[in-house]
Amino acid sequence: MTHRVVVPALAAVALVALLSPVARGQQGFRRAPGAVYDVDFAGRKSGPAPRRSISGIWEFAKGGAEGIQADGVKAMPSDGKPEHELPFTAEGRAAFMANKPTFGVTLVPSAFTNDPMPGCDPQGFPRITLHNAHTEQILQTTTQVVILYQFNKKWRVIWTDGRALPKNPEVPAWDIKDSPPPESRWWGYSVGRWVDDYTFVGESNGFDDRAWLDNAGRPHSDAMRVVETYHRVDADHLEKTITIDDPKYYTRPWVALDKLPYRLQSASFEIPEQECVPSETAKYDKLFGNPAAGVDSAR
Amino acid sequence: MTKTRATAFTAAVGLLILSGPLLAHHANAIFDVGKRVTVTGTVTEWFWANPHCLLRFDAKDDKGQMVHWVAETQAPPNMIPFGWSKLSFKAGDVVTLTLEPVKSGQALGRILQAVLPDGTTLVAGATAVPAGTAGGPPPTR
Repeated sequence: MTHRVVVPALAAVALVALLSPVARGQQGFRRAPGAVYDVDFAGRKSGPAPRRSISGIWEFAKGGAEGIQADGVKAMPSDGKPEHELPFTAEGRAAFMANKPTFGVTLVPSAFTNDPMPGCDPQGFPRITLHNAHTEQILQTTTQVVILYQFNKKWRVIWTDGRALPKNPEVPAWDIKDSPPPESRWWGYSVGRWVDDYTFVGESNGFDDRAWLDNAGRPHSDAMRVVETYHRVDADHLEKTITIDDPKYYTRPWVALDKLPYRLQSASFEIPEQECVPSETAKYDKLFGNPAAGVDSAR
Repeated sequence: MTKTRATAFTAAVGLLILSGPLLAHHANAIFDVGKRVTVTGTVTEWFWANPHCLLRFDAKDDKGQMVHWVAETQAPPNMIPFGWSKLSFKAGDVVTLTLEPVKSGQALGRILQAVLPDGTTLVAGATAVPAGTAGGPPPTR
């Protein structure tokens, strides 16, 4: 008798397992071509972490989908849960409500978004790591940590030559002879240092406030300071933490990425190309995005 | 007994429905989430591009009228792991597509599955088999 109840239930659960990946679109485990993940090395222990090295090609240890963060930053998604409510100031909340994202609690159809990214405006930092994030390559020189990002083939320099961050984040510039004129940047100004042999901390300011923090329309001001921490756990793993400190828009610093694990890839791994192309975006809007939202668009 | 079985089945199907939110590169709000449409048609264009690939195809509706469909997938880097490529379709291919349509009723939707002329099935989802496991490629490192 029992099995006559359990069997159909199990069959339905099996159906769940079979169909969920399809029903859930891109959610779940995703493998970048040629990449390796922790699931490939189950039960095998990594060697010791090298001293003062975060160089290498890094992919999300738990699968490529980890970096998409469609609903907003991984540690604080825009899902309506009280624990994920950001500590907005009044000015920050007003900026948030003025943004029209295509995901999160304030989502709108893509035809009505004012997200700068779909039009191929720069993601900037830290959004490059907080939405649609993919494989990264980190290079170390005697004066820089350079990070290469897959999306749009962008790169950042974190200076390690001892210079200080710009003192005035609203009118930022390096305090160095012959440096460029004061200006805010999509990618900010960044400096970094080793706090111990296995932990590198970067700090950035001087940001252009037209960029968003994430895909859910969380804003940042020109006063934002970002702290990014890279902890080399062992030979194969790196953990990244990102903290947002923006006193104009948020009443206290908050963590956007919390020890997100990456796995070291083969030195011969080639990071795929992924470009935002305005003409492709325009065609998508014309053929799909606009008509799907009821906006007139000749097909 | 029948009632108990029905309850168990309903609970399990409920789990199916609640097993996770749909996730795509843009909003789900435009889609009739959970609805499925299967259409067989002739490809007119396969546009391999960001932010979404687009498949244009023609198919007759129930009344015999030709309908011009446009269906999207995720961006190329998100499709390659599942076996999709720029060469997956060509104009003239007759394919059978399982779509999640938009709410508006227009001939628009996102592709969940495509059956190609040679019978190959492409799935637009997280069904990749990890390397080093049964059915998957060997670890490369």
